[in-house]
Amino acid sequence: MPEPSTTAVRQTPSGVIHDIGYQRYEGPRLGRRQVFGALYLHGLRTAFGFGRSAKAKIFPWLVVGIVSLVAVALAAIRSQIGEPVATYAQFADAMSWLVIFFVAVVAPELVSRDLRSGVLPLYFSRPLPRSDYALAKLLALSTSLWLLLGGPQLLMFLGAAFTTKQGMRGVWNELLDLLPGLLYAGLWAVVFASVGLLVASLTGKRAFAAGGVVAVFLMTTPIVGVLSILPSRAANELAGLASPSTLVQGVGIWSLGDLLVEGDPGEMTIGGFGPLYALAAVLLVAGATALLLARYRKVAS
Amino acid sequence: MTLIATQSLTKTYGGRVTALADLTVAVEPGIIGLVGANGAGKSTLIKILLGLIAPTSGVVSVLGIDPTADPAAVRNRVGYMPEHDCLPPDLSAAELVTHLGRMSGLPRTAARERASEALRHVGLYEERYRPVGGYSTGMKQRVKLAQALVHDPDLLLLDEPTNGLDPAGRDAMLALVHRIGTEFGISVLVCSHLLGEVERICDTLIAIDGGRLLRADNISAMTTATDVLAVEVSEGTEELAARLAELKLPVARDGRLLLVPLADDGTYDLILGAVAELDLPLHRLDQRRHRVAELFATRELAHA
Repeated sequence: MPEPSTTAVRQTPSGVIHDIGYQRYEGPRLGRRQVFGALYLHGLRTAFGFGRSAKAKIFPWLVVGIVSLVAVALAAIRSQIGEPVATYAQFADAMSWLVIFFVAVVAPELVSRDLRSGVLPLYFSRPLPRSDYALAKLLALSTSLWLLLGGPQLLMFLGAAFTTKQGMRGVWNELLDLLPGLLYAGLWAVVFASVGLLVASLTGKRAFAAGGVVAVFLMTTPIVGVLSILPSRAANELAGLASPSTLVQGVGIWSLGDLLVEGDPGEMTIGGFGPLYALAAVLLVAGATALLLARYRKVAS
Repeated sequence: MTLIATQSLTKTYGGRVTALADLTVAVEPGIIGLVGANGAGKSTLIKILLGLIAPTSGVVSVLGIDPTADPAAVRNRVGYMPEHDCLPPDLSAAELVTHLGRMSGLPRTAARERASEALRHVGLYEERYRPVGGYSTGMKQRVKLAQALVHDPDLLLLDEPTNGLDPAGRDAMLALVHRIGTEFGISVLVCSHLLGEVERICDTLIAIDGGRLLRADNISAMTTATDVLAVEVSEGTEELAARLAELKLPVARDGRLLLVPLADDGTYDLILGAVAELDLPLHRLDQRRHRVAELFATRELAHA
């Protein structure tokens, strides 16, 4: 019988491990807030493909390119004809389908990839609480969506500010138009990020997650369509509640009024249900976030 | 200081499946082997130590901290290497370990430095800039170990670190774990279902089966007390056995070997004297330590 020796231990393969000695770490250890910030920034970089392969950069930057191009074109046309083609809020509405596709690509990139590779136990065995992980990702996605809409709005503003014929007063007026537009973009960002991230967090398969996100946002539109042609005025006015996109637009119509729908009330009417739309939007974001946190309390334990 | 202490630790899932039953154990810093068959409750114990799951009842403390009360404080000082695959294939080892270092609270530059140090200590050099997806199993295991080391923990919890490795890879991994435990000054809890593997590198051994403690003790305490001398002669084994029996030595036969319990150095002299007296060709005479496995043999049989 062989001696239960430690030969294997002693025969350390010399070319593999060079011993320069292990050094203990005596430096500072950051607290929960800084770790949360690091994860948030990491998520934001991931959203735009930074620190990722070239393939991962294609789609986000394609979308960024398109929305920027549209913004520049709008600014150029405006400087020629002298009056705005679309308000800042209308621009955000017009870009909504691009936002949906951006969410469909980026949300799975942020959460499904981690589920798929099984890396979550490596996060959760560190001091960072599970809820911080989910919230940092949510915040990163919201910020990236807001930048996606807000950045081009800023381009439009710069175009308008430099070509205005009313001097500083014109710039000031333009700024007063821009700020509600940025807030409206923030609403788009928060609603789409919370719903999109929740859907993506349910599966580790990126294709399923992307399909799921698109389905939730686009498949609900026919319901709105059906409700809005029913022979009941209340049903028509409440129809927008059925889909996230029209819900956001409803809140916009209520809060921004003519910044979104100039003169012509358009196809969508919300009647006096504006506050209901706002409440529904708040509940949707809060509910989706709560479900996301519940999901991460359970997953990978 | 006691490294890990549990008192009547019990974990049941849904009130029906018992993963741990009344486990009471206390171990000192060093390299600790946690041995048990698959499903014995090893991973459950590790998750309780990390504060990832709460015990149904009982008390637990890691590095003097209660993980159920303050999991963040425990996790700050503990590194965990999971059993299963947990590496994103499209990141490089350097990126992943740096990121996880930051998640442990290291500042940006410190995380980068510590990541390359940790990867160097586990034996990954130029390849650390390649995507992990192209790594061999052995290299992946090393990355998993490096990410557990990056924040300089006081205790490493390694869940089946030799899983999926070939014999050479196993030896290299065990050598690495042994080095971490002895030279780095970091205590290590190594989980394995292979007793023969961990007993080579451990100071302390905890054996559990079906969630119950079989035995927890120092390796030395388990083995030295039962040392025997193995004597082999080319011929005349019977005569020698009879002669030794006359000398009041309790001889046992094991094939061509004669086993004599080692009382003190005098036992050597008695045996050598007997062999010389009978003029037998002595083949070998060596001290044989009991394999730790033998200490559990009866219990394991009982459960087989």
